Amino acid sequence: MRLRPGAVIRHGVLMTAVLVTLAPIAFTATTSLKFRRDIISGRFFDFDVTWVNYQRLFEGTRAVFGQLTLNSLIAGIGSTLFVLAIASLGAYALSRFRLPRRVSALVLGWLLFVYMLPPITFAGPFYLIARQIGLFDTPAALVIAHSVLTLPFAVWLLQSFFAEIPRELEEAAALDGCSRGGTFWRVALPMTLPGLYATAILTFVFSWKDFLFALVLTSTPRGGTIPIGIASFVQEWDLRYGEMAAATMLAAVPAIVLVLFAQRHIIKGMTMGAVKG
Amino acid sequence: MGRLLDQHFPVVALAPLIVALLVLTVYPALQLVRMAFSDVGIVSGGTTWTFVGLEHLRTLAEDRTARIAFTNTFIFTIVVVPIEAALGLLLAYLVNQTRTLGAFYKTVFIVPLLLPPIAIGALWRLMLDYNYGVVNQALLAIGIAGPPWLASPTLALPMVMLVDVWHWTSFMFLIFLAGVASIPQELGEAAEVDGATPWQVFAHVVLPILKPTIVVALMMRTILAFKVFDVPYLLTGGGPGTATEMINIYIEKVFFQQFRVGYGGMLTLLTALILSTFVIVYQQLSRRAEAAR
Repeated sequence: MRLRPGAVIRHGVLMTAVLVTLAPIAFTATTSLKFRRDIISGRFFDFDVTWVNYQRLFEGTRAVFGQLTLNSLIAGIGSTLFVLAIASLGAYALSRFRLPRRVSALVLGWLLFVYMLPPITFAGPFYLIARQIGLFDTPAALVIAHSVLTLPFAVWLLQSFFAEIPRELEEAAALDGCSRGGTFWRVALPMTLPGLYATAILTFVFSWKDFLFALVLTSTPRGGTIPIGIASFVQEWDLRYGEMAAATMLAAVPAIVLVLFAQRHIIKGMTMGAVKG
Repeated sequence: MGRLLDQHFPVVALAPLIVALLVLTVYPALQLVRMAFSDVGIVSGGTTWTFVGLEHLRTLAEDRTARIAFTNTFIFTIVVVPIEAALGLLLAYLVNQTRTLGAFYKTVFIVPLLLPPIAIGALWRLMLDYNYGVVNQALLAIGIAGPPWLASPTLALPMVMLVDVWHWTSFMFLIFLAGVASIPQELGEAAEVDGATPWQVFAHVVLPILKPTIVVALMMRTILAFKVFDVPYLLTGGGPGTATEMINIYIEKVFFQQFRVGYGGMLTLLTALILSTFVIVYQQLSRRAEAAR
């Protein structure tokens, strides 16, 4: 590499940004591996490594994080499956068939509008509805609420993927006697597998990240999720630093896994809102 | 039956989406409007509704905390959005110029966007802790007694803003990265041949081309900034006093801690109306940006 002053400055700025981005995460990761005495005495590097903070999250009679993790997974996987089913059919219909222009414009416009509203708009009504139909404080309530959070961008994103399939393929399938439903199932869906991956990943991540709906729709660990567990540390008089740091790292696991293994799939979806619309 | 369904496949395929939207978004939206003009009591197994007309608007007019929450949210938005845009653009511009390590930078810079916001709040809550946070411990090591970052009325809001910049610069980075990458390299090179400095290339070649993208990104981020909830909820809970009270945090308090469901509904409706105006303006602007491309 030939070093020019411009390149040095450029990498200097970028490396500083990398440091600023990673330092809080690295710091919390080390805190989660420390005994309380090392946290209090401020030992940054020469501390004894321990897994006790993680153990306390999951083991013991008052440990709730096993249940919270399970609920986070149920909400994430449940809402992802629900959204994928509805959104893939809907997006296919919107991108492939000649619907009355008013219908498709209305549906897509409304989806975009919902996407941009603050989630708190739905928190109040959902709370009342959940109480009425007896879903309050259950993961099922979160499956439904998170679907509202993710349905809009799932439809938009899948629509853009369906639009990229050459029409000729479906026409050929139709000539071969494939029904319209069969064409969707056997031709269109397999062709958009990367799009489905991307949508599924983002839907799961958005559900995993949610705090507001979990806060208002649940009240005990029976229905709560990991973010609820993290927030409850702050309410205590004596902050349990090590355990809070461990819980934070637990919440960060999907982000770390995705960045390492599925980065390409997610970048398109994450900026969708800004490019489309 | 199967054939009939297949003939009407477009309708069959669209129907679940329409039903889901009606049940999960349109119905709650209508209920929100009804709430804003009612007193809602929560009794065992149901709710009681009494129509009260514009009473909640009258309550709002005298509600000092609500005014502070709206003001704080505006100040917060006006401060963080331009900073995030500037930093995001700078990073995107620099990353686009490097071939070595480009993928590494991109990977690192999208991390904050994937973390749960509540975890981001927790990261910074731990670091800024008055007694045992790494910031104050480091300051102590060089002989400075650090302030209570999150419990100080003057420092709390700047801290919330700082964490937001850490969180959302990556969003701006991603948007601008796509924008910068679409600019043909030859344009900048041609200008350099003509003797332009790197700064002149950026100011007179890159910026004008990116203008539509910048406008759209600013609007988009403004809309998102209005949703701010998780991070200040965890860092300060709106405090100390009302120093970091934000619209969404206040609505949550009114609704779920004071159980003033009707008034909470009115606050929510107003917030949604303000944002709707933003969204409509945004859609107009981005359509124009699209046309200009």
